[in-house]
Amino acid sequence: MIFELLGVPPQALFGQLLLGLINGAFYALLSLGLAVIFGLMNVINFTHGAQYMMGAFASWMLLQYAGIPYWGALVLAPIIIGATGVIIERLMISRLYHLDHLYGLLLTFGLALIIEGLFRQQYGSSGLPYANPIPGGTNLGFMFLPWYRGWVVVFSLVVCLATWFMIEKTKLGSYLRAATERPDLVQAFGINVPRMITLTYGFGVALAALAGVLAAPIYSVNPIMGANLIIVVFAVVVIGGMGSIMGAIITGFALGIIEGLTKVFYPEASNTVIFVIMAIVLMIRPQGLFGTPK
Amino acid sequence: MSEPLLSVRDVHAWYGESHILHGMSFDVNPGEVVTLLGRNGAGKTTTMRAIMGMVGNRKGSIKHQGTELIKLKSNHIAREGIAYCPEERGIFASLNVWENLTLPPRVKKDGGLSIERIYELFPNLKERTSSQGTKLSGGEQQMLAIARILRTGARLLLLDEPTEGLAPVIVQQIGSTIRALREQGFTILLVEQNFRFAATVADRHYVVEHGQVIDMIPNASLEANREKLKTYLGV
Repeated sequence: MIFELLGVPPQALFGQLLLGLINGAFYALLSLGLAVIFGLMNVINFTHGAQYMMGAFASWMLLQYAGIPYWGALVLAPIIIGATGVIIERLMISRLYHLDHLYGLLLTFGLALIIEGLFRQQYGSSGLPYANPIPGGTNLGFMFLPWYRGWVVVFSLVVCLATWFMIEKTKLGSYLRAATERPDLVQAFGINVPRMITLTYGFGVALAALAGVLAAPIYSVNPIMGANLIIVVFAVVVIGGMGSIMGAIITGFALGIIEGLTKVFYPEASNTVIFVIMAIVLMIRPQGLFGTPK
Repeated sequence: MSEPLLSVRDVHAWYGESHILHGMSFDVNPGEVVTLLGRNGAGKTTTMRAIMGMVGNRKGSIKHQGTELIKLKSNHIAREGIAYCPEERGIFASLNVWENLTLPPRVKKDGGLSIERIYELFPNLKERTSSQGTKLSGGEQQMLAIARILRTGARLLLLDEPTEGLAPVIVQQIGSTIRALREQGFTILLVEQNFRFAATVADRHYVVEHGQVIDMIPNASLEANREKLKTYLGV
């Protein structure tokens, strides 16, 4: 069979493919949030990783202190963390729109360091366990599929596609796309653009928090879980093209899978493969695979 | 005489350090088509943007149906029933023609044209609804830019150089559209550099220079003032 030719047992191949899909789901959710925020606000949201971590912590705290289980946290944590995003945008980020992008990046980067520092101070960095809400799985013959991981992949895909639909196909989405081009004119048509920007930031942050809730049962809940992930996610965003919604989704899933496959065939490169792809894309197509040149 | 629909008094406006409007004052009466004529850089577009609240730094008084607009944000000004069609047309590249046409929300319950009526005025748009907005010709983009502000219920339209860069046959079409809109009771403030075109559509003309109104000429006496106007406009 083909597996013998490749010299790889099917269990290992499909196991890594599934892991790749899981990582891809997180890459897609997180880069989608970044793309939505960047597209409308021109802000590179470096706090995104910390907000993903806050989502995971919110679900842990909801369970620990309020007895609210995973399914409740799946709804509540993104709302709570999204609301903190709204406050951050109103109080801080909105003051920087008239300045260069770099200031937004520095502010959000500083916020990420502060937030992560506070959580590490309070909870240490060894990580807190979060029980798997759907234990067990099924043997597909060629591999074992844990239910929860299947749920994460399917649910992420649904959220990504729903977000894409909202932005590309609805009235609200047409306001967002138009405001990306000419916020002054959209406002002169009678739309409260500053409020729309605030809510968009909140939505992008809520997506990060949702990814955090999904991640809690897979990885432990850890103050630095976002810092590790966000660098890779930025590479994903650069490869997909800043601000492209479908680009973020496709690139997220595809790079997760490529990373998984690299673990099977050439494990030594698995940590760097995404960055190598990023370097190549930047040289050949600086606007990213799905981006439009400015 | 009836109250003016729009009354602009001693309006000053700045872009950063540069002082663009130096005390603009003029009136627009209900149902009128009024033009602002003037050379490039006279402050005509800035006047439009100041009325619309799109210039951050402005002072003076701009009243619409008695409501003071000078302190309002542009989204609230739009909700008063004023719609703006910018000089650069502002067709959105990431939206198709239908999305562009239906983008501006209804600001008043009554008074907007139906989509059918808009297609009667601009039949070209009907065949291109799924095209990308910026794939249209310049003339079609201008029609789309006017069309989309007609269904919102705004009764005061600010049209900034709708004929700029267009072929004579399209200019004629836009002229007849403006006359049709006037017959339907829309009030129109028009910025123009082409006074020959302005003469075919407007009731009165304000001449703008250095951010001020320096003269007002009723359309009926445009011929008599032709030489004076040529000096003003440098044509």
